[in-house]
Parts: sequence; structure tokens; C-alpha cells
Amino acid sequence: MKKYIDQGKKDTRSGFGAGLAELGKSNPRVVALCADLVGSLKMDAFISENPDRFFQVGIAEANMMGIAAGLTIGGYIPFTGTFANFSTGRVYDQIRQSIAYSGKNVKICASHAGITLGEDGATHQILEDIGLMKMLPGMTVINPCDYNQTRAATLAIAEHEGPVYLRFGRPKVANFTPVEQDFEIGKALLLQEGTDVSIFATGHLVWQALLAAENLEKEGISVEIINIHTIKPIDVEAIIASASKTGCVVTAEEHNYLGGLGESVARVLTTHLPTPQEFVATQDTFGESGTPEQLMEKYGLNNKAIEKAVQKVIKKKAR
Amino acid sequence: MSEIKDLEALVIQVRRDILRMVHEVNSGHPGGSLGCTEFFVALFNHVMELKDTFSMDGIGEDLFFLSNGHISPVYYSVLARRGFFPVEELKTFRKINSRLQGHPATHEGLPGIRIASGSLGQGMSVAIGAALAKKLNGDSHLIYSLHGDGELQEGQIWEAVMFAAGRKVDNLIATVDRNGQQIDGPTEEVMPLGDVKVKFEAFGWDVISLKEGNNLKAIIDTMEEAKKRTGKGKPVAVIMDTVMGHGVDFMMYTHAWHGKAPDDEQLERALEQNPETLGDY
Repeated sequence: MKKYIDQGKKDTRSGFGAGLAELGKSNPRVVALCADLVGSLKMDAFISENPDRFFQVGIAEANMMGIAAGLTIGGYIPFTGTFANFSTGRVYDQIRQSIAYSGKNVKICASHAGITLGEDGATHQILEDIGLMKMLPGMTVINPCDYNQTRAATLAIAEHEGPVYLRFGRPKVANFTPVEQDFEIGKALLLQEGTDVSIFATGHLVWQALLAAENLEKEGISVEIINIHTIKPIDVEAIIASASKTGCVVTAEEHNYLGGLGESVARVLTTHLPTPQEFVATQDTFGESGTPEQLMEKYGLNNKAIEKAVQKVIKKKAR
Repeated sequence: MSEIKDLEALVIQVRRDILRMVHEVNSGHPGGSLGCTEFFVALFNHVMELKDTFSMDGIGEDLFFLSNGHISPVYYSVLARRGFFPVEELKTFRKINSRLQGHPATHEGLPGIRIASGSLGQGMSVAIGAALAKKLNGDSHLIYSLHGDGELQEGQIWEAVMFAAGRKVDNLIATVDRNGQQIDGPTEEVMPLGDVKVKFEAFGWDVISLKEGNNLKAIIDTMEEAKKRTGKGKPVAVIMDTVMGHGVDFMMYTHAWHGKAPDDEQLERALEQNPETLGDY
């Protein structure tokens, strides 16, 4: 199985911007809205090439979600852009009633997700958004892991009929997935085969899992790594196939352990194949100011935290 | 004016539908529904240009969005009587497995409904989005919306009011049902709205006052005037004074019937004041 190489550090939000710009050229039904964060969301290219299909709504996220819902009536595919916090918690009821319950084809695109937006601190970080969004009936929830995958996901969700929450981030991180890799919603990616433990990782934690695996293999632990980019609908078959092979599981995500990927995987396992599991996630806490690296270290979201979790879960395996 | 006579007969029948629907399930919102009966009847049977068959995208026709979804009884009755779905289906209102949910929903595929509403303050944003889609599609048809006055206490409304003026959404006619009542009492006691017309004008809207919001002719004349004012760079608002509970003497001029159904005896009295015209469902 191929080893993944960092092709150069890039921010996932720029992957979104690149994907949106491509959609601007390829799909005349795609429109975009932003709540005063055009630069942060990297929407400039789409806007300059499609000024008539862009709506600046100002600092009014609730209104943006409602307008997006309305634009679907008439056949458009709206992509909303703001920070993850303001894309979810701030506008939960608007998404719930006007988008999810109404079954509207809106793509909620959320940058600066998780703790790695860094210095702005907890008011702007959100570690609850996956949970909020995955609980909405009919909502698809996607958290791509790098620039290439975010670009591919942006293209893919335009082809999917129904509401989608697309979560990405601010920091420049390893870009390692193949540039031409197709993005299939709901289909987990087996990145590395192994026999001793399965790591199911999403978003920025996927690269951290690959780094962790390098060290663990030096200790003779064979690690299987699965990239779960789609948290809902979750790839039940991929989870069962891997867990039945390795017999223990670590989930890794930049999100609270409550409501995140870990709980989704745990539900699959308890239903089909009860398996020891460790959660690499934040522990029911808000974030704080700091550099992304400092925060990942402090809140236990890096390769070292994953290595510890693997050591712990392997000991829980049935002997 | 034979047409007005026909519409008047329809108004009476819709009132009967509303009263019978909420009585049947001992729940629902008759007050606001009765207050807006003339408006709905005029809108769907005179003012709006509608296609014969319903499509979600509504290309080539006028669209309507109800933001204050709790007055679903009048919406359902008028839609059914206009042929969107069988009138008999009104008897399923608020019952299990019905398309006629307590508050309007698209989930069950009821023709005529394009967005769920009920949680207040969201409908103007949706109407703006649909109006923008009309412009992108080169479709010159109009978007109509209706809002409760109490609903104007929601902040999202003013986000939408600001956007519509700022972005010149001039294919939108938003009507406010200014009945002055909300659940906990008169609007001016619960949370004073002040001069709604002046507020909309200050945001940059073209505003028309409709003082006789329970008079079919006045409604039609005002809405025709509103149509003429579209396409001139400003969204158009109609501030429509209505009487909550209109057409049933003991339900009028009070918030008491906002969300309360009549009992058997009250229903009988209410129906006596509105004798059957087009046939009950």
C-alpha cells in the first residue's frame, strides 16, 4: 500500500475556494453567499468570475441561511460561506426549519472549524458542530482532511441532491491525498492496511494518524488507517471490515468526543461488532487562544495523543 | 363586481373550513387565520398569477411564502379551494399521517407549500432567496410573503429587511398582518413595534398602508397598486391592518383566539354567522 507524502502545506479552506471556483465555471446553477468573510473563505476567485451569482449578505448569518433556502426554489445550488461556529450554532434553527426539514439543496460550507483557527480563541472555535449537524435528519456531514480532498469534496457536494455540511479549516497542513482522487460521499478511504489496530480519523487528524503510525510501526504495531471524510452517512461496512480484522479501534477528530465521529463509530460497533475503542477528541471543553500546534498538543489532538490511545486500546483487546 | 361576490362566498366558506378544522382536533390557530382570510382569498384567486399544476421551482408563476406558519388553517383551506389538493384532505389537519401538519411543511409533499414555517422570522429571508432566483432565471413573476406583526420582534426579519432594500430586491411584495395581537397580549404591550410603516421606510422600502385588511376590494386595489410599484429598485411592503378573528363576533378584537379552538357550542354559533356557501368538506 502506498505511503502518503506531504506535497506541501496548504489550508483546506483554499481547497474549498479552488473547488468553488471550478464549480463557477462548470455548473451555472451554483451560487454563493457569504457573511462578510470572503477572504477567510477564499471565495474571491468565484466572486470575480461570477459576480452575478454571488450574494454578500453582510454580518447576518440567519438571513444568509434563509436566502440560501429560497434560492433553491428556482433551481439554484447555494453554497454558504462563514466560520463553522457561525455556520451551525448561530443559525441552528434556520438550518433546521428552512433547510433540513424543508429538504433544501443548500451546501453549508464552514471554515475555521475546530480548535486550529488558533489565536481568536473559543468564541470563534467550535468543537460541537459535527454533532449539531449530524443530528439533523437528512443532513450529510463531511470533514475532509487536506487541500486536495476539500477541493474534491466541494466538487462532489454540488452533484449531491440535499443539504450538506462541509467542514474545513484555517491552518496550513500537509496536503497528501492524490490530486485526482475522486471524492465519493459516504465512502471511507483505506489509507494504510494493518492488523493490530484501526484508526478511524477525520479532518486534520488524518495526517496526525499517518505520523502516529510511523512511530507505532517502529515498535512493531501494525496500524490500519481509515479516512472517514463523511461522518454522515457513515461507512458502516468499512468500519466493520476493519474492526473485525484488527479487534480494536481509535477514533481521531478535531471535535468534542460528545457528538463527533467517535460516537458515530461507537454506534456502528456496538450495534454490529462490540469492539474496544479509544477517543482522540476534546474532552467536553471549550478551546482557548494559542497557535494551532500548541492547541493540538494541549488538547490531545496530535500524533502523540493518537499513539497513546493506540497503546491503551491494544491492551483492552480480548486475549 | 360579480367576481367580488364570488370571492365573498369563498371567504365565508374558508372561514367555515378554518373553524371546523381547528374544532375537529381541538387545536390550531383560528384568530390569525380568520383575520387573513380575505387576504388569502384575494391573493390566490385574483392577485397572483399561478400555473395550473404545482412545481417546487415555480418557474413562470408568482410564488407565495407564509412566514407566520401558525395560520396554516387559512393557507390549507385556500390552497384546497384553489385546487392545489382535494378539499376532503382538510379533514386530516393536524392528525397523524397527514400532509396537513400543524405548521406548513414540505416534507410530506403537500402541493402549494415550498418551505416549512412555524418557527418565526424566517420567511422573509426565504422569500428574498426565491426573488433572487427569479431574477437569475430572468423570470419577471413576483414573490409574495406574509408576516405576522408579532413576528417582527424576531431579529432575522430586520436582517432580511435590510438586505432586501440594500440589494434592491424589487420583485418582492411583503405583507405584514398588523392585527396588533400576539399570544401574550397586544403587541404594543408585549413588545412595542411602534410605527411599522416608518421603520420599513427607514430601511429603504416602498410601503403601502392597507387600512381595511378585511375588505376584499380594498385588498385587491392595494395589491394591484403594490404590483405597479415593483421593478423600481425597492422592495414593496404592505402594512395591512386586520381584525384577528374577523367574521366571528366573539373571536374579534382579542388575542384570546390566537391558538385556541372553539368548543361544540362555540363552533355552532360561529358557523351560524357564516352560513355554508360552496359546500363543506
